[in-house]
Amino acid sequence: MGLSPRLEQKAAQVVLWTFTLATVFILLFIVIFILRKGLPMLSLEFLSSNPEDMGRAGGIFSTIVGTLALTLMAVLIAAPLGVGTAIFLTEYTWEGRLTRIIRFGAECLAGIPSILFGLFGFILFVTKLKLGWSILSGGLTLSFMILPTIIRTSEEAIRSVPASYREVSASLGSTKWQMVTRVVLPSAMPGIATGIILSIGRSISETAAVIFTAGSALRIPTSIFSSSRTMAVHFYILAREGISMPHAYGTAAVLVVTILMINIVSYYLMNKFIRRYS
Amino acid sequence: MTRLERNDRLIRLGLLMIAFSAVSILIVITLFIFSEGTPIMFKYGLRQFLLGLNWYPTEKSFGLLPMIVGSLFVTSGALLVGVPTGLACAVVLTQFASKRVARILKPVIELLAGIPSVVYGFIGIVVIVPFIRENLGGPGLSVLAASLVLGVMILPTVISISIDAFQALPPTYREGSIALGATVWQTTRMVLIPAARSGLIAAIILGMGRAIGETMAVIMIAGNAAAIPGSPLAPVRTLTSNIALEMGYASGEHREALFATGVILFVIIMVLNTLANWTSSRRRRGF
Repeated sequence: MGLSPRLEQKAAQVVLWTFTLATVFILLFIVIFILRKGLPMLSLEFLSSNPEDMGRAGGIFSTIVGTLALTLMAVLIAAPLGVGTAIFLTEYTWEGRLTRIIRFGAECLAGIPSILFGLFGFILFVTKLKLGWSILSGGLTLSFMILPTIIRTSEEAIRSVPASYREVSASLGSTKWQMVTRVVLPSAMPGIATGIILSIGRSISETAAVIFTAGSALRIPTSIFSSSRTMAVHFYILAREGISMPHAYGTAAVLVVTILMINIVSYYLMNKFIRRYS
Repeated sequence: MTRLERNDRLIRLGLLMIAFSAVSILIVITLFIFSEGTPIMFKYGLRQFLLGLNWYPTEKSFGLLPMIVGSLFVTSGALLVGVPTGLACAVVLTQFASKRVARILKPVIELLAGIPSVVYGFIGIVVIVPFIRENLGGPGLSVLAASLVLGVMILPTVISISIDAFQALPPTYREGSIALGATVWQTTRMVLIPAARSGLIAAIILGMGRAIGETMAVIMIAGNAAAIPGSPLAPVRTLTSNIALEMGYASGEHREALFATGVILFVIIMVLNTLANWTSSRRRRGF
């Protein structure tokens, strides 16, 4: 330990900041790399025409529709369950064994790798329940994956609503449910919305769970029983099978731009929410 | 009991049922994967699955050891890259950076979590794999490539949980140490890191779970040969890739063997989750 504390402080600062800046650099590199190669591909036509010749030509319209349908399905199923769980945990019970079990279940679910969700969805929805590769199978599987995120973020949002709001509502003679729906939920809404937006991002990015449950058909889905390819799956197939690098870059650019926008919106909402209650 | 009170009871019951959705889903997934995967493991013996070296699933040879070792190598590599980097970022964001700088850096780093794993895999294919092939030799598709990419992919997990661990410490720890004349680094090294240890360990364990569970990025860059890699430059197949690569066309016992792979993966993940949960609950009791 020949170093003086002040020198050691300087050395640590340099090393730790180097790691941090390297992390930021990697992120910027990924985003810029994809956008530089992919943005030239983008045009209104790329977004609005269907893939042709397995994706070698044409655009990505059907995969955008597929992504939206699957995400919508997943959120429609997971949001009520997730927000309901959060309301129960915060307003309708007390901390104890029950809440510990529910939280542990959600935490474990969050830790399960997406490929296992894919495996499960494939065997239960696609094969056993005979839903086939479809938006329904894929949406159900994805909804299970995003449920823990929605539970956790909604719970945090509801908890950060000041107790005084609840007290005032109760003192006016409201029932618990009136208090929850008219006071607590509206105040927690930006926080809940952030969680839902983050899970939308997760659904858009997901590949492993989706490819085995929603399949990879390139047609525009016509019902919830149609198989459908999402943008992420399309990108994976284009890149891995070397079908078309320019189209792969184009699809990746759309994915990355979407994810960037989702992160910016959720960050903005979260900040607004935090500022309100601090 | 008034009508309103009765309604409130019904609502509570409904919410209670909804609140068990996550637990029920977890149980159903567990049951399904085990019921599909365990019969074949007992039929041919656990020994073959866990210690067998040969994976020829169509010829009734179901040795998963290369994939288990493969997952282990790739995950260790990812931890070597991701843990020091992640901890450094967490220390900088909580101790060194000014509030304003931290407020800019944190969302930027969080964005790493949002980037789809296929994009990471793609960057691996077009940047890292050719680099390794040209500069270090071998096919490029390798343990090293997978470790580097996974190391970056676990960063958001490691960073955000480590930040939580530091922020959960009472501010008096830091203030007391600084007041005694310690530098920020001395405070971090001698006071904060030891005090936040269990939270930091949880961060590492969960990062490990993330690395073991990752599939698409690994398939794209690891080379996927079902043999124990002899060097960091050799190709490798992980448990997750084994499932994803063959799920599309497998049938009969081959498919059951993929579910058996899923069972092994599931058990590893559950052990890690329980460990992480246990360490962080110890931390909560600590304060």
